Amino acid sequence: MRPVTAGAFRLLVRGTASLVLLAAGAVPAVAKEVEDPGFFHLERLNILFHLVLFAFLFFLCIRLAAGGRKFFIRKIAGLEAVEEAVGRSTEMGKAVLYVPGIDDVNNIQTIYSMIILNHVAKMVARYETPLIVPICRPFVVPLAEETVKQAYLDVGSPDAFNANNIRYLSEEQFAFTAGVDGIMLREKPAANLYLGSFFAESLILAETGFQTGAIQIAGTANVHQLPFFVVACDYTLMGEEFFAASAYLSEEPKLIGTLKGTDLMKIYLLVLLIVGVLLETFGVTGLSTWMEPR
Amino acid sequence: MRREVPLLITMIVGWFMVLEFFFPQAEKWSSELQNWAIIMTALASVLGVANVARINMLKVSRRDRDWRYSIVLLAGMAFMVLLGTVFPMVRSLFHIDSSWAIGGGEFMGVTYGPYRLSGVAAGTVFNQFYDFMFVPMQATMFALLAFFIASAAYRSFRIRSVEAGLLAIAAVVIMIGRVPLGREIWHGLPEISDWIMSVPNLAAKRAILIGAALGAIATGLKVIMGIERNFLGGD
Amino acid sequence: MAGSEPILERLEHADRRWIFLIMLVAITVPLFLRVDLPIRVSPEVKGFYAALEALEPGDIVYFAADYDPGSKPELDPMIKAALDHLCRKDVRIIAATLWPAGPPLLEAALDSIAMGRYHKTYGTDFVNLGFKEGKENVMVQLGKSFRAVYPNDYYGTPVGELPLLAAKNAAGGWAVDTFRDVKLLVNISAGYPGTKEWVQQVRTRYDIPIVSGCTAVSAPEDYAYIRSNQLSGLLGGLSGAAEYEKMIGVPGWGTVGMSAQSLGHVTIVVLILIGNVLYFLNRRRRKEAA
Repeated sequence: MRPVTAGAFRLLVRGTASLVLLAAGAVPAVAKEVEDPGFFHLERLNILFHLVLFAFLFFLCIRLAAGGRKFFIRKIAGLEAVEEAVGRSTEMGKAVLYVPGIDDVNNIQTIYSMIILNHVAKMVARYETPLIVPICRPFVVPLAEETVKQAYLDVGSPDAFNANNIRYLSEEQFAFTAGVDGIMLREKPAANLYLGSFFAESLILAETGFQTGAIQIAGTANVHQLPFFVVACDYTLMGEEFFAASAYLSEEPKLIGTLKGTDLMKIYLLVLLIVGVLLETFGVTGLSTWMEPR
Repeated sequence: MRREVPLLITMIVGWFMVLEFFFPQAEKWSSELQNWAIIMTALASVLGVANVARINMLKVSRRDRDWRYSIVLLAGMAFMVLLGTVFPMVRSLFHIDSSWAIGGGEFMGVTYGPYRLSGVAAGTVFNQFYDFMFVPMQATMFALLAFFIASAAYRSFRIRSVEAGLLAIAAVVIMIGRVPLGREIWHGLPEISDWIMSVPNLAAKRAILIGAALGAIATGLKVIMGIERNFLGGD
Repeated sequence: MAGSEPILERLEHADRRWIFLIMLVAITVPLFLRVDLPIRVSPEVKGFYAALEALEPGDIVYFAADYDPGSKPELDPMIKAALDHLCRKDVRIIAATLWPAGPPLLEAALDSIAMGRYHKTYGTDFVNLGFKEGKENVMVQLGKSFRAVYPNDYYGTPVGELPLLAAKNAAGGWAVDTFRDVKLLVNISAGYPGTKEWVQQVRTRYDIPIVSGCTAVSAPEDYAYIRSNQLSGLLGGLSGAAEYEKMIGVPGWGTVGMSAQSLGHVTIVVLILIGNVLYFLNRRRRKEAA
């Protein structure tokens, strides 16, 4: 094991041991509400600890990945199908429809959608397939235009970029949905990609797309819309699979490293949950008290 | 500089907002930043209107496909902006007191109107269009979901595996147990439905929420550290 | 039989418009027949009721109606029921919305219940602050000062001229200006921004109890917040509204909709079963033919 990894591992073990001791009541926990917080919100130490831990694991894995360590990522069917979908559209001489969700730029899913749009735009630029991007929020329009334009530039086809295909329809949810349905029924794209934050319109979009015979790939972290996409689309990226898309498609070591950092944090949380449940079962409440958000 | 400046702003503001959560002294500045954010998002609505107008006017001028619908859209938009924004501003600027009302009368024993031309509250022309055009159209689009879910369920819900079978049983129990008819069919259905919602559903939802939250935190860290830059447009 | 085979295939891939027609009949006929079904109240709705019932006359509630016309049929019944309960308890209401299409709906609900049914006085018993863009930013800023976020109400009146918000406390500051001056936050939400954001941004930061009503599709997600006591009560969809109407003794559109919803759900279940029966029959026939 390389020194930096061994050192990090020791730190992780010591940190976890401290946490367990804290939970067992060997170290008094800062539990009561502080009226005058002073220089630092001591009652939020638990959140800071986990943030620092996450950042540490994050950057450790980035460093390992940048140093040449190969990390395994399982196959994600929906992302494998993106190229197939674009290829199908090219063969049929039809467009690819990319809907980046209905939420604004402040939603992390919209940002992620732009990242995936960049990859998809590079694919369609290579195949010279039309790409239609209907947008629901005005702030997203310049982002989408810039993303797609840059993709065409990177591939060496700047003249093929058509700004009229980045279409701002409406900020109203169902007016936007009606607009996208209209595009699907009139222009009949061969592939529909729904990647971003969706709400009640998800089923209306997916069902209409199904009726036109398009191959459909959806991805969202909005849990309440996943059942509708699963039922109506050919492939669905659920929650973190959607967030993994950027690393998966680019295969860039740094981005893959961030995925593994997230996985390590999940393992830590799993252990913490099991330890917490056991401690609570035996009446030791120190850990859950310390973990309470304030 | 075109990408570096936005990245620098993202990094500084992003880290500040993270650290502000832990240091009380920074609250005043974070409050100010949040006020700026509120103003900027309000400005986005203006940007949206300008964008819609630009795109549709181009469509009309070039006689693109379906350009006539663009005229309907522009006319509707202009009309509502006039009633809801321009007229109130004019009245306020020139201190006009008269009500600017139109219409009014009686139909089948029901008195209606007159309706004020200026403003958005009840009793205005704007509100009439909202109540009798916007609300029914939006509600109709939402109501489509009931029909679409039925056709999607009939077409796609196939019990091809054990897991799909369990899913079907859970779906049937929940759908029947959550409505009053369920209790009439069997008194135990609502209790089983409650248990499914409170235990397995909750466990799965929490797991997905935790995973999605971690993914969002990771993305946030990547964006504010400048590791993820593709959303600004390539390398 | 040889003649029935194509029929089963055709039934399995039937034109979806037949499904639409079946659903239309299943949903509309009970609305005309007005069949009353006994309603069982769930623990989450009891929690919502208990939170409002515990309020005293004169207490102040922040009423966040975050919805739009799309979800009006599902959420209006619970909004009207909640307003009815609050007005009956003589609780003072500060109402607002974070959805741009929400203000006229909120105004109509307040006019109908607060003014129409209980003859409450605008400005003293309740105020409508209207819409403010900014989503979570607005939520956080409201915790610091209502008047900084909403200098005017929905009608353009400065909040300093509204008796409910103009009152001063003993120290000379505003008596009602932050979430610390409010006993309860009632949120009725159709999506984003909504319940999850109020819990994340406001519940812990300002330690204010929150009860929520939401669409049926969002309710499963909000169960996590009920179980962790971050929400004191939850109304899930039209059935939640019907249960709440039963608790307050004022049947409304929630109760009326239960018969239609019941038959609608049964219809979908029957369609799923028929679809699967046809699938397995056709699959067996194709295997035998092969």
